[in-house]
Amino acid sequence: MKALHNILDSIRPHFEEGGKLSKFWVVFDSLETFAFTPGHTNKNGVHIRDGVDLKRTMFLVILALVPALLFGTWNQGHQYLLSIGEISVSDAWNTMIWDKLLIGAWKVLPLVVVSYGVGLGIEFLFAGFRKHSINEGFLVSGMLIPLIMPIDVPLWMVAVAVAFSVIIAKEVFGGTGMNILNVALTARAFLFFAYPKQLSGEIWIHEVAASKSGGLLVDGYTGATALGELASTVGKPIMNADVTSVMGMFDAGGMYSLSNAFLGLIPGSIGETSALAILIGAALLIWTGIGSWKVMSSFLVGGLVMGFLFNLMGMNAYMTLPPIHQVVMGGFMFGMVFMATDPVSAAQTERGKWIYGFLGGFLSIMIRVFNPAYPEGVMMAILFMNVMAPLIDHYVIQANVSKREKRAMLASAQRASA
Amino acid sequence: MSRTIRIRKGANIRLKGRPATSIVDAPPAAIYAVQPPDFTGVIPKLRVKEGDAVVAGSSLFFSKDCPSVQFSSPVSGVVKSIVRGAKRKILAVLIEADQQGKAESFPVIDPKTADRTAILGAMLNGGLFAFVQQRPFAVAADPAITPRSIHISGFNSAPLSPDMAVALNGRMEDFQIGIDALNQLAGSEGVHIGVRSNETIFSGIEGAKVTQFEGPHPAGNVGVQIHHAAPLNKGEVLWTMHAEDVANLGVLLSKGRYEPLRVVGAGGSEHPAPQHMRALAGTALTSLVGGHQDAENTRYISGDPLTGTDASAAGYLGGLHHQVTLLPEGNEPKFLLTDGWLSPGLKKFSLSRSYPTWLMPKSKEFTMDTNSNGEERAFVVTGQYEPVFPFDIYPVQLIKSIMANDIDGMEKLGIYEVAPEDFALCEYACTSKIAVQKVVRDGLDMLKKELG
Repeated sequence: MKALHNILDSIRPHFEEGGKLSKFWVVFDSLETFAFTPGHTNKNGVHIRDGVDLKRTMFLVILALVPALLFGTWNQGHQYLLSIGEISVSDAWNTMIWDKLLIGAWKVLPLVVVSYGVGLGIEFLFAGFRKHSINEGFLVSGMLIPLIMPIDVPLWMVAVAVAFSVIIAKEVFGGTGMNILNVALTARAFLFFAYPKQLSGEIWIHEVAASKSGGLLVDGYTGATALGELASTVGKPIMNADVTSVMGMFDAGGMYSLSNAFLGLIPGSIGETSALAILIGAALLIWTGIGSWKVMSSFLVGGLVMGFLFNLMGMNAYMTLPPIHQVVMGGFMFGMVFMATDPVSAAQTERGKWIYGFLGGFLSIMIRVFNPAYPEGVMMAILFMNVMAPLIDHYVIQANVSKREKRAMLASAQRASA
Repeated sequence: MSRTIRIRKGANIRLKGRPATSIVDAPPAAIYAVQPPDFTGVIPKLRVKEGDAVVAGSSLFFSKDCPSVQFSSPVSGVVKSIVRGAKRKILAVLIEADQQGKAESFPVIDPKTADRTAILGAMLNGGLFAFVQQRPFAVAADPAITPRSIHISGFNSAPLSPDMAVALNGRMEDFQIGIDALNQLAGSEGVHIGVRSNETIFSGIEGAKVTQFEGPHPAGNVGVQIHHAAPLNKGEVLWTMHAEDVANLGVLLSKGRYEPLRVVGAGGSEHPAPQHMRALAGTALTSLVGGHQDAENTRYISGDPLTGTDASAAGYLGGLHHQVTLLPEGNEPKFLLTDGWLSPGLKKFSLSRSYPTWLMPKSKEFTMDTNSNGEERAFVVTGQYEPVFPFDIYPVQLIKSIMANDIDGMEKLGIYEVAPEDFALCEYACTSKIAVQKVVRDGLDMLKKELG
């Protein structure tokens, strides 16, 4: 690899101060450090440094996203073929695997390209402007954003959302490591509030509107997500016929049964549907110590507790859903594993992480059930907890500070009496 | 009966080249150095000029702020040169040794009967007070302040550090005399020693509160021991001293001789013969590296790999150092697939679990070079400092308050209790490659200046 590095060395002068391509120094620098960890040695401090760096960390997070990405791609094709009656629910696994993957990839790949293209483009601009080197943070955000998008979202909307979130949620605060809100969720929230009409209804299944007008759609197929269906039951008595038919879809054998929801054979944002694929990613994050198991486990417990409390209340059909069914649907699992654990926007103290995670999970289920206009309670809950995280940390740290002050007072009292 | 404190947080970095328990006398060096920058907080005022003849124990310079604190020559010879840096800052006083062993003769004092003033005076004149450090601020101690207590660590836990039992073997009588003397100097809480829980060399020591410690590095750091045995509160001052210097103090008082002896742990993967070597403070490193010569590709560290200074092949053993470590320089770029961030990393030791080396047996030792293994970034990963920082202090928040020049915040978060060395493992583990120890040093300096 000496040869490759020699080539880089030979073109470096063009990009350095005074060279004709010096404006593109950031690009050169980021590509060079991508390929070669620089020969920087430690000065003025430790002489040896741990093998881990931010590139390795971010790479492992992306690796943890791969199961959700692959499954999501497949599932989008699967849902499309289901919607036009090409296949039936019973032959989910054994037919047309490549067709499903191709249909999914046809929509998912452009989303990934737009997300990275727009996001990294803005990062390069800001890095060049500020004379920083590029931070690795967006490598993960850029992959998270497509995974929380509905399949038929227009690409220009994604571009606008990415630009908004990178600039407003991150760069104005100082870039990677300085943001208060999770960047990917901010992009999703931007779409949700800026384009509510376009982002509801017939966007969750590939070409469902076209299929409908072309008469291809299977009878009775609504194209709604599980949470959308559930939201429609709120405000109606439990014994209402509409409600019982919706709730029937959540029983064993129904479209949104526990096993279908866990495996991910339901409509939804690209990466969020399969709890199983997400949990494989979670296992990698916990195993490597990169994702906080404290946040994940307390988030899960928070969601289950809220689900259980709703069971006790039982005021409408939505509330009677078993807690375990609640947490495998919608974005709960994806938010728990990949969003809530974002170290920059989460609570930073170890004790704070327990509180932060628990409240995040608790609020996710609460918002989803109490306010049917926001089926995606997870997004709102995590963004809200992002804002609250510094407050949680403040009280955790304050407890430590007052403990120290008490000790000092005790010592000075002892000195005075001695 | 002493109590045992178990330190759970921390980590042992498994470096290759641990010094064997054998001990040899280092060959006498031609040049010895006393380097003012080794003694943090000291502004030197010279007493000698180039060409002056000196003997062991002759004062070379004193501290401008505390003129009674003398810094003495370890050997007899001639002042070869005074090395100055930017703004004529004195970096070192070099002594060309004449190998005749002439020494200043100091009065013999029995610390059990002498009073505090006499002992302190002997210690100041005899040059041994130079090795006393104080908390807060982790700087050279001020003899005018009576410390609440004096703390001594009875073991080393840093990577490749020398074994204190080897270092103090046969010196326990001198050590006891030193403890007796320190007992006269310390205030209400006396002298504390922190010892390794299965270590017996200190069992006969009288006049000191012994606390036993178990656990990984930094359990041997005196700051960790203070925090767990008798924490420092705002407004208190305490002193710390290295156990070997306590024995050297015993020699000064009982024999009237200044002899800053160190049993140096000479090691590291590049050291041809890692072992313990008996030498004086300020010895030229050439006497301690077993003939190793490769200045370009080797880092010559005076001290341990986490806190030592880059001394270079032509450097000297630092005034407060008891260790010399030779590591390969990591100045070559690392290709991402073979040994960079995308590699399997079977040779990359990491405290995180992002490389598979954490699954390897605990006995496996690693060669580490001085490459930073990544570039400096903003804080991103959290929960990384806490597992290697055995203090009831929030390390990241403290670092951030220092970066923000928030004096009030630093005080509240416990900066008084820490020294830069206590953060060495945090700096090692940092994914964002932040210079944590330097930040802590800056914070301590800022606070000291603020408080006058």
